[in-house]
Amino acid sequence: MQISRADSVRIGLLSVVLIGLSMGPYWADRGTMRLLIEAFYFLALAQLWNLLAGYSGLISVGQQAFVGLGGYLLFTLTMFAGLPVLLALPLAGILTGILAWPTALVAFRLSGPYFAIGTWVIAEVYRLSFAQISSLGGGSGISLPTDIVRSMADGRSARESLTYWIALAIMLAVILGIWALMRSRVGLGLGAIRDNEEAATSIGVRTTRLKFSVFVGVAAMTGMIGALIFLQKLRITPEAAFSVNDWSVLVIFIVVIGGIGSLEGPILGCILFFVLREFLADLGSWYMIILGVISVGIMLLEPRGLWGMLNRKRSLTLFPIARRSPKLKSLNQDTP
Amino acid sequence: MEWINAIVQGILLGGLYALFAAGLSLMFGVMRFVNLAHGDFIVAGAFGALLLVESLGLHPLLTLVIVLPVMAAFGYVGQRLVLNRVVGRDILPSILVTFGFSVILQNLMLEQFSADSQRLSAGALDTASFGIGSLSIGAVPLLMFGAAVAVLGGLNWFFGHTNTGRLLRATSDDGEIIGLMGADRRHLFAIATALASAVVAIAGVLMAVKTNFDPSAGPIRLLFAFEAVIIGGLGSLWGTLAGGIILGVAQGIGAQIDPGLQILAGHIVFLIILVVRPQGLFPKQKG
Amino acid sequence: MSQLLKIEDLDAFYGDFQALFEISFEMAEAETVALVGANGAGKSTFLKCLTGLLPTRGQRILYRGNNIAGVPAFKIARQGIAMSPEGRRLFPSLSVKENLMLGANVGRKGQWDLAAVQALFPILEEKRDIPATLLSGGQQQMVAIGRALMSNPALLLLDEVSLGLAPVIVRDIYAALPKIRTGGTAVLLVEQDIGMAMQVSDRMYCFQEGHVSLQGVSADMTRDMISTAYFGREKEVQ
Repeated sequence: MQISRADSVRIGLLSVVLIGLSMGPYWADRGTMRLLIEAFYFLALAQLWNLLAGYSGLISVGQQAFVGLGGYLLFTLTMFAGLPVLLALPLAGILTGILAWPTALVAFRLSGPYFAIGTWVIAEVYRLSFAQISSLGGGSGISLPTDIVRSMADGRSARESLTYWIALAIMLAVILGIWALMRSRVGLGLGAIRDNEEAATSIGVRTTRLKFSVFVGVAAMTGMIGALIFLQKLRITPEAAFSVNDWSVLVIFIVVIGGIGSLEGPILGCILFFVLREFLADLGSWYMIILGVISVGIMLLEPRGLWGMLNRKRSLTLFPIARRSPKLKSLNQDTP
Repeated sequence: MEWINAIVQGILLGGLYALFAAGLSLMFGVMRFVNLAHGDFIVAGAFGALLLVESLGLHPLLTLVIVLPVMAAFGYVGQRLVLNRVVGRDILPSILVTFGFSVILQNLMLEQFSADSQRLSAGALDTASFGIGSLSIGAVPLLMFGAAVAVLGGLNWFFGHTNTGRLLRATSDDGEIIGLMGADRRHLFAIATALASAVVAIAGVLMAVKTNFDPSAGPIRLLFAFEAVIIGGLGSLWGTLAGGIILGVAQGIGAQIDPGLQILAGHIVFLIILVVRPQGLFPKQKG
Repeated sequence: MSQLLKIEDLDAFYGDFQALFEISFEMAEAETVALVGANGAGKSTFLKCLTGLLPTRGQRILYRGNNIAGVPAFKIARQGIAMSPEGRRLFPSLSVKENLMLGANVGRKGQWDLAAVQALFPILEEKRDIPATLLSGGQQQMVAIGRALMSNPALLLLDEVSLGLAPVIVRDIYAALPKIRTGGTAVLLVEQDIGMAMQVSDRMYCFQEGHVSLQGVSADMTRDMISTAYFGREKEVQ
């Protein structure tokens, strides 16, 4: 396989960033580590939401359902089933995916904009239900017992490093997973659905099955991220676990601002989001107003977001997805 | 007796929910457009009434004289200037733009009015009630229900008997060719939003008299409105009233079992109906 | 006769797909012109361009001397171009009478009102309160034509009036054409039935793959000429 110059630059750049990030615990202080962990899981959530909305036409405002489920499952599995944290973490994801199955069966009865609100209702049902479970603290929530926290690793800094690497690994797995998915037959099918669902069905794409699988898969990964989030926070309440503001509004803003329908967009959006937050978080609700205005402005003026703005000709790419037939490519170059 | 009372209160509350739902249903019917900021606009109507009560000393219900035309005009202009740009085949922009508006509006209200819970007093009306046997029916809930019936009846008459109403129904059927009828689709869309906003104003002011509200009270109203629309069946205004009543009764019964179950009971009845009868109870009949 | 419509080099696109190529077309006031061609030749696309349902910004469609290319559909309707669209496109939730009344929303005065349309197609009075799409195909076609007439158009576009209808019903509908023409309304009709098209029109155009392949006075045409233009036989010979 030939590697072009652009490819080698790209690979070089990515390797430097990756090595730098994976060495995080050796160069970053605690505050930076915390910030990076948060950035990792927000980016992972953003990529997953983008896979739903940007690539599959499934616009959900109820992904907090799966963040919360993952979080609560982690607490349940460690506290009541006595499982070690490192096992409970992936298991929480898998169980969330299983619970997403009936959820999807209900939500898929609604289409388009009503699907969005339907997912939100379902997330509320989960929130209100967990508030009724007294063994998990009911409405006021519960903390992860210290012996479980201690069992993860020796000492706080070792535990924090471990959390950091898990967050980084999940984020990379999500990005690479979506990239691989987009380069596969599934990606082609999803693209066809996004462009024209009826036509996709008529050429043999099994649209409902494909969308269903994507929804459940995304839910499972979202659940695992939720487990990680509340492993880091060490305390869970229904309000925090199923927060529409944290796990839907902010995630959607990140994707919209960065650029929906690309892998690079959410990365850009996530960086911008954390930079803005550093400067504007003191403004309180004005910070949310500013984010809202930017998002609405982008949707109205350049729906492909900042990445689309920077990259009008689609010449730049960190993650090449587009398929080009070599023959077509040469034809294109010949015609002026 | 308590149970019958809970059911009667639920029915009357359903009137308010039908008012929440009517605007959402109307906009979806005409332009296949769902405003995710719908609930926040209801709350904005309530805060508008609060402002007028505090500054002019108006009776809460009288504030409608100002709140209703202001919101209708805002709806018309907002549709022409902003929302018409995102109405279309691709639903993503409309969902994301109105979702953004929801967040902006909530936080603007939070800045302006603080997170405190508010409620408007309608004076003697608050405590007035009628006794039927051992049932006691409050004047405010009854007024709400009456308003809902009047608004839905008025809308039904408008759609059935005016030229603009016919044009809106035709747009709902087949908006693409409405231009052949010499009608500007952008104007019709804005009329639909203005009508929906007028209903939102009524719903907002009545809600302010009936219950506590605060800047974050919008999203749950959106969910109630949505549930009433889906339970009733898309595109049917009277179905919306039935949907509102079913939701209200479900919540009333839930609250009777345990106050913490009020909202959850409504959601669960909604989900059951969605699974058992996804087209809703009274779907629009098409010829 | 004065000119009603003059079009030069009209192109039309659906996204990246070009459906019409440099169409030149003329029509006089009160003339009846038939447009024929195979499926996908661009006939309906052409009518959509004239009514403004398909964007034509920046091109030239002169209607009574004014360029209406890029003008929104509702304004073109108000200037007097009406269409009975392909597939009739009646509004299902409206009754027959309500469908007809919507045509009057265009707001042009003239000989056509509800009574005149009901006199032209008496069945529409009898069925006035029935949802329009519950009528038979032929009756639905009458509603669609009546709805277009209610706007008192100077130019009436009829797209595939006979599609899916029994010959006897087609004849009934075409029997109304002379009455429509007496008011001075020009008619441009898209028709699959070449015989019918030749019989009722003054002039004809034939489209083939988005190009004008033949045009002329209908009385001078032969079926051979038309079928050559229709199917592009010389192409097949190559």
